[in-house]
Amino acid sequence: MSEHLLQVDHLSITFGGLRAVDDVSLSIDRGELYGLIGPNGAGKTTVFNLLTGVYKPTEGIVRLDGQDITGHPTIEINRAGIARTFQNIRLFRGMSVIDNVKAALSREFSYSSVDSIFHTSKYRKVEKEMDKRAQELLEVFELGAHRDVLASNLPYGQQRKLEIARAMATTPKLLLLDEPAAGMNPNETAELMHTIALIRDRFDMTILLIEHDMKLVAGICERLTVLNFGRVLAQGETKAVLSDPEVIKAYLGDADN
Amino acid sequence: MTKLKRNHLFTYILVIAFYIAVEVMLRMGLLTSHLQGLLVPMVYYAIVAVGLNLCVGILGELSLGHAGFMCVGAFSSALFSNLTKETLPAAPRFLIAFVIGIAFAALFGFLIGIPVLRLKGDYLAIVTLAFGEIIKNIVNAVYLGTDENGVHISLKNAMGMGLVPEGKVLINGPMGITGTPRNANFTIAVIVLLIALFIVQNLIDSRDGRAIMSIRDNVIAAESIGIPVVRYKMLAFTISAAIAGAAGVLFAHNISTLQATSQYFGYNVSIMILVYVVLGGIGSIRGSVVAAMILYLLPEMLRGLNKYRMLIYSIVLIVIMIINWSPAIRSWREKTFGRKGRRQEA
Repeated sequence: MSEHLLQVDHLSITFGGLRAVDDVSLSIDRGELYGLIGPNGAGKTTVFNLLTGVYKPTEGIVRLDGQDITGHPTIEINRAGIARTFQNIRLFRGMSVIDNVKAALSREFSYSSVDSIFHTSKYRKVEKEMDKRAQELLEVFELGAHRDVLASNLPYGQQRKLEIARAMATTPKLLLLDEPAAGMNPNETAELMHTIALIRDRFDMTILLIEHDMKLVAGICERLTVLNFGRVLAQGETKAVLSDPEVIKAYLGDADN
Repeated sequence: MTKLKRNHLFTYILVIAFYIAVEVMLRMGLLTSHLQGLLVPMVYYAIVAVGLNLCVGILGELSLGHAGFMCVGAFSSALFSNLTKETLPAAPRFLIAFVIGIAFAALFGFLIGIPVLRLKGDYLAIVTLAFGEIIKNIVNAVYLGTDENGVHISLKNAMGMGLVPEGKVLINGPMGITGTPRNANFTIAVIVLLIALFIVQNLIDSRDGRAIMSIRDNVIAAESIGIPVVRYKMLAFTISAAIAGAAGVLFAHNISTLQATSQYFGYNVSIMILVYVVLGGIGSIRGSVVAAMILYLLPEMLRGLNKYRMLIYSIVLIVIMIINWSPAIRSWREKTFGRKGRRQEA
């Protein structure tokens, strides 16, 4: 067991001549709710993509629970214990709500392709357990009543929740949420804050959150990293960071212009 | 019983009801011999459509070479049946012919899948299109025969094989394979269709099926929850090719001379099967069966109208497309039949 759950050292990636993420280091402790903020184009989502293996970093090391996962394939990183949601919701739109969750449970509740084709007794047993577990998860996110609805037919706020439920179904150690409040009205945002707090308490989850909504960030994150132009602008306790003049400048611009 | 399971059950019932209805009409002598001759082709095209829908509708990868897999299944099984028609009784021989035809089609599907399914984009469509044409042309060019000295093969002509006079020509170039025992019949074809439906529908309603559909709906999200994308693409595509191979076996054993002509195995046939799948509803297995049967039968039934045949056929295609996909009619259908989400009902 290492000290930090996630340890990122000097992470960088270059696209052509552009250093989209430049020497970013951060560490997240177990059970922490950590925020990653910054103006548009600061490289927040790129950091997520680096952490989850969508991009391979040019430099730097990512360690999860002491294990080096730098540049590993997405699937392996998910197995190691990182699950994520996406800024532009990526649900399995043609599948029902419960099937979205079951797809994510397929590693834990496993049977062979032969069982799949012949619907053997093992299939029936495992499917039953999987169904129960998926239903429980949906209940946590208050989606239980919509289990057979097509994912694309859910209202926006619930689609966000389903995406979180799906990520949670892979039993991660670390959950990455990419702008979960994007496009939500104040009511939905309030409900989302409640959901995030719930996940944290109920599953003892460590969460890394990208967010634009300052109110949401100030309300729930303990520590923050502020990115600007791919570099770390400020880092530390939420309150201190948010009152940092550099951060205010990056968000609101200089007094001169 | 879930909605999906009920839906799948209904498909089997529909096929069995159709089978009984046809059998009754056959007994009563209501079917002309022309119509009787169309029964087996109707069913094998339904089988390929089911297989192709697994690839196009469930996996979300476009294949334009399913006629090629049919061709592989047809020729490999016909070759076997011809070699063993004197030594093996009909029933086990036909069964083994199925195993061989399916295995070869699956093998080709697997081999094509290894490089192509790793790529993102429409490469599968391009490669399968080429594959279908290549296979057809290779089979057309090959002369194969056996005699006491073993197997002879030539790419020039029948003489080039150098067979002794008693030798047996198996594949006679563009003349194809003649004398394959006609073991296929309507009952066997329907049984194969039911097996294909059983495999595809069971697969959809399982862990593997959900993984395959998640890849169709969003590859990036599927990877993010730990689904091995290439593995499931290979699985679905190989099964899809194997089912087309089974249809090819029926084809070969329902025709006296098997030739690799464009009429039977060209890319236009692959497109025709794709039309069945699209108009039956992408991802709707039952739709594929119904559409394949109706749309295969229709141009044949319209032969009497000669000139206007293809005109009427194309109008029917347009009408079906409107009925199946127009939002107004879909919402009416949902209200009337209480169904939702075509894809889900698969």
